[in-house]
Amino acid sequence: MSVPVQEIARHTISVVVDNEAGVLARVIGLFSGRGYNIDSLTVASVSEDAKTSRITVVTSGTPMVIEQIKAQLDRLVPVHVVADLTLEGPSVERELALVKVAGVGEHRVEALRLADAFRAHVVDSTNSSFVFELTGKTTKIDAFLNLMRELGLVEVARTGIVALARGKTGLES
Amino acid sequence: MTTAEPISGADIVLRSLVDLGVDVVFGYPGGAVLPLYDAIFQQNHIRHILVRHEQAALHAAEGYARSTGKPGVALVTSGPGATNAVTGLTDALLDSIPVICLTGQVATHLIGNDAFQEADTVGITRPCTKHNYLVKDVANLAYVMHEAFYVATSGRPGPVVIDLPKDIQVAKAPYIRPSKAQHRSYRPQIKGDLALIKEAVDLLAKAKKPIIYTGGGIINSGPAASQLLRELVRLTGYPITSTLMGLGAFPSHDPHFLGMLGMHGTYEANLAMHGCDVMLCLGARFDDRVTGRIDAFSPHSKKIHVDIDRSSINKNVHVDLGIVGDAGHVIEDMIKIWKSKICKPDEKALKAWWKQIDEWRGRKCLSYAKRDDIIMPQYAIERLYALTKDKNPYITTEVGQHQMWAAQFFGFDKPNHWMTSGGLGTMGYGLPAAIGAQIAHPEALVIDIAGEASILMNIQELSTAVQHRLPVKVFILNNEYMGMVRQWQDLTYGGRYAESYTAALPDFVRLAEAFGASGLRVSNPADLDSTIKEMMKTDGPVLVDCRVAKLENCFPMMPSGAAHNEMILSAEDAGLSPISDEGKALV
Ligand SMILES: Cc1ncc(C[n+]2csc(CCOP(=O)(O)OP(=O)(O)O)c2C)c(N)n1
Ligand SMILES: [Mg+2]
Repeated sequence: MSVPVQEIARHTISVVVDNEAGVLARVIGLFSGRGYNIDSLTVASVSEDAKTSRITVVTSGTPMVIEQIKAQLDRLVPVHVVADLTLEGPSVERELALVKVAGVGEHRVEALRLADAFRAHVVDSTNSSFVFELTGKTTKIDAFLNLMRELGLVEVARTGIVALARGKTGLES
Repeated sequence: MTTAEPISGADIVLRSLVDLGVDVVFGYPGGAVLPLYDAIFQQNHIRHILVRHEQAALHAAEGYARSTGKPGVALVTSGPGATNAVTGLTDALLDSIPVICLTGQVATHLIGNDAFQEADTVGITRPCTKHNYLVKDVANLAYVMHEAFYVATSGRPGPVVIDLPKDIQVAKAPYIRPSKAQHRSYRPQIKGDLALIKEAVDLLAKAKKPIIYTGGGIINSGPAASQLLRELVRLTGYPITSTLMGLGAFPSHDPHFLGMLGMHGTYEANLAMHGCDVMLCLGARFDDRVTGRIDAFSPHSKKIHVDIDRSSINKNVHVDLGIVGDAGHVIEDMIKIWKSKICKPDEKALKAWWKQIDEWRGRKCLSYAKRDDIIMPQYAIERLYALTKDKNPYITTEVGQHQMWAAQFFGFDKPNHWMTSGGLGTMGYGLPAAIGAQIAHPEALVIDIAGEASILMNIQELSTAVQHRLPVKVFILNNEYMGMVRQWQDLTYGGRYAESYTAALPDFVRLAEAFGASGLRVSNPADLDSTIKEMMKTDGPVLVDCRVAKLENCFPMMPSGAAHNEMILSAEDAGLSPISDEGKALV
């Protein structure tokens, strides 16, 4: 039997964890220790009582590796739920970026015009710079950054991806 | 027992241990655990066994756990105490052994200041434990203690560290025994999915060339699982093989048993794995030492994998049917279903399969050339087995050729009597593990089958054995080489024995005597039996320096990068199939 060649695919995985010290280190350590990719990772406390946090991790691998990643995450003691949003039906993914662009004259005008087209907000401005706030899919943010590179892009901060399944049910319901 | 009045953290630890059924702790004191030691001094429920190195405390806890099925407990100080424990923790993680390690820590207000003997213990031990805790509030301590035991012993067992800052050991809180509430997030799956088990039974019943491949999961499931396994084999008449970790779950002398499989497994076990059409894997994990080259592993079989750890399924080998659950429970369900469906094995096919297996058996892959001038290591194990088996000994080993010979030539008929470092392959494991087993079974015969190189890694524990009057026997197969290293150098590196000769060996007999133990030496095959008998007769710890053939290699062997059907049976065979560069790159 030859091992079937497996395609590498990108998956967005949601992990609900106890909001306790070291839990992020456990998750990150698992990825680095076992040689899995992290394309993006976000974490924040999400429950009303601040007892659980939600980690959204974007990773890539063959189906066998993705299955391993989920099983490995699931066996960490403080992990409540692991959900593969890529496999389990439709989901929405968003990322937020803050983008600093410096320039004067035509570049400045063009940057502002493009920002408007991308529905980015100006959250800081001087007479020679802007900080834009932009949310959207990763591809949208990438496209915006590509355009801004020619117009005086200074620096960028991105949150990484957060995602939810569509529909009325939640992960822990 | 719950107390209303506040007691110290140290006392909370001890009360929890008593409530959790612990009666012995293996440990080594130091500044950061002085409050705990003071509390130990003032009570008599829990016995403390002073070891001579923290690594040994962990291995002793493992030996205790593996020989009893109960968790083992170790206690070490902060900093160097904790870092010394890391090897033992990793060993327990890879072999799924339930141990609890209490580590001292600097006071909470000093954490992060590079204080004296501070180490980031939870950081260091995160990847080598099943879970770990840093207790920052004495009010949580009792809960953490009880949860830690639950985590260590349930599901796939493993080591758990509880890091205890010195001020937490002193601070006071009432001891309230936590109720057995369900854990917030951790819920191991014990019962297997019945629909899948039915499918598995259907597959098994239709098999023409079946094999049952079992591992440490059967032992960890408890003695009932071993009984159920026997029943399953009786019911089906199918051949069975075991990993190194699973030896003893099924009687080695039963004709259905093909011996151990894997790198130094038997010819018949490995070829049956290669040629089978249905494989039932129970509580084993398709380790690379078992599978050999993965793309050539059992190419024509449907594979059923039962494991309590979902992440073991489809990790190394793609299986057709994965069942998450405790091996014992799943076997029980399998038996029920097999009986209720009145399944019958395909007798004709099975007969042909056994005929094939008997042909493979006919190769007598474990045979070796006996000599009357030199003790052959295999012969030494055969005699050790023959002369001790009536006493049902507990056997531990170090790591190397002697370990493989012990696995091949010592017969194991009962679970929990065989303790060897399988996953991590830790030299220095055997003597402290034997001490742990002996503490648990004071009247039993406990033997560490050792190599002369490995034994030096934790030889200081002879002192522990002498202090606590533990009559452990250390049987050294002294070949003056790190034999397993030399064997690989023979097979793969043109016989260039880089640093594998154990020069400047101590005189083991005088070494034993210096510790206050007894030493024996034997080099003539004619004296072997009388030396073994002498060892058994001698009270207290005994070290036997058994001089064996120096250059003997351990066969059969599936060289690294080879498949099950590419085993070599002898040194002559080895010359024919040089190991490829790819094979050299594998461990
Ligand atoms: C702590 C540790 N260091 C190194 C090794 C690598 N190693 C595996 S077997 C072996 C030689 C063991 O020699 P000995 O104890 O004399 O056993 P023999 O193979 O000769 O029976 C070595 C060095 C190991 N397994 N563990
Ligand atoms: Mg040796």
